[in-house]
Amino acid sequence: MSAMVAIVAGGLAVVAALLAVTSSDAVRSLFALLAALLTLAAAFFALGADFAGALQILIYAGAVAAVFVFVVMTITNSDALRAAERSRLRRVWPVPAAVAILIVLMVLPALRGAKSSAAVGAAIPVRAVGALLFGPWAVVVELASFLLLAAMLGARHLGRRAPSPPPNEPLQGRDGPS
Amino acid sequence: MTDQSLAILLVLATTLFAVGLFGVLVRRGVLLQLIALEVLLAGPALAFIAAGARRGDAQGQAMFVILLVFAAAEVAIGLALYLRLRRCADVSDSDSVSQLRS
Repeated sequence: MSAMVAIVAGGLAVVAALLAVTSSDAVRSLFALLAALLTLAAAFFALGADFAGALQILIYAGAVAAVFVFVVMTITNSDALRAAERSRLRRVWPVPAAVAILIVLMVLPALRGAKSSAAVGAAIPVRAVGALLFGPWAVVVELASFLLLAAMLGARHLGRRAPSPPPNEPLQGRDGPS
Repeated sequence: MTDQSLAILLVLATTLFAVGLFGVLVRRGVLLQLIALEVLLAGPALAFIAAGARRGDAQGQAMFVILLVFAAAEVAIGLALYLRLRRCADVSDSDSVSQLRS
């Protein structure tokens, strides 16, 4: 039964993802992405992965989406830009759509091969996830922390403003303080 | 969970991945490409969780946590690059920077 809920939530996530990817407006796209992430969290809860569902809501739908909102606030959203985006979307969609459909077609035979068997699997306690992450997988966690540190320093480095030129020198290029 | 529902969930996960890939290929605005990349990463996450739930194994959720870290790092770097690109060259289009030279 709970697997059925997970499948319905996953289907909703696919629909929301399609909306996110095809919308010509960044704000609408962002809201559709949020819907996809939240429905995926519902699927995780239904599958008994409470910890993953909570993380999905807190980090994906909370932190990552908030960062996206901050960036969306800086863009100018004119009708001309939206029309350009829409016309470009109409021009280039066939080949990527063919690639995507090909990928889905490749895994469809798995549906026929699956025999209906007895239901197995149970909810996994957070304790088991923690014991795995900080026991046998400790090196992976350390590598992940390296990655996060590198990403943080990289974002800081890329996001800094160019130093303002001395007042008696003319501005060079377009990389002035903005 | 039966094998049948695991297979359906895995097909859904692949569909999510394919939708995200379609978005990355078809969109040219860097911001929308990053959003599509998030969708793309959600597919493997669903696959890990479904397989972990089927086997009653914690490794699915642990792998999801690692995937979350990847996605967070990708968003941080991607959005910083996007803002930098906008500030330096005033473009938000990945086609217009296809001629980058060092």
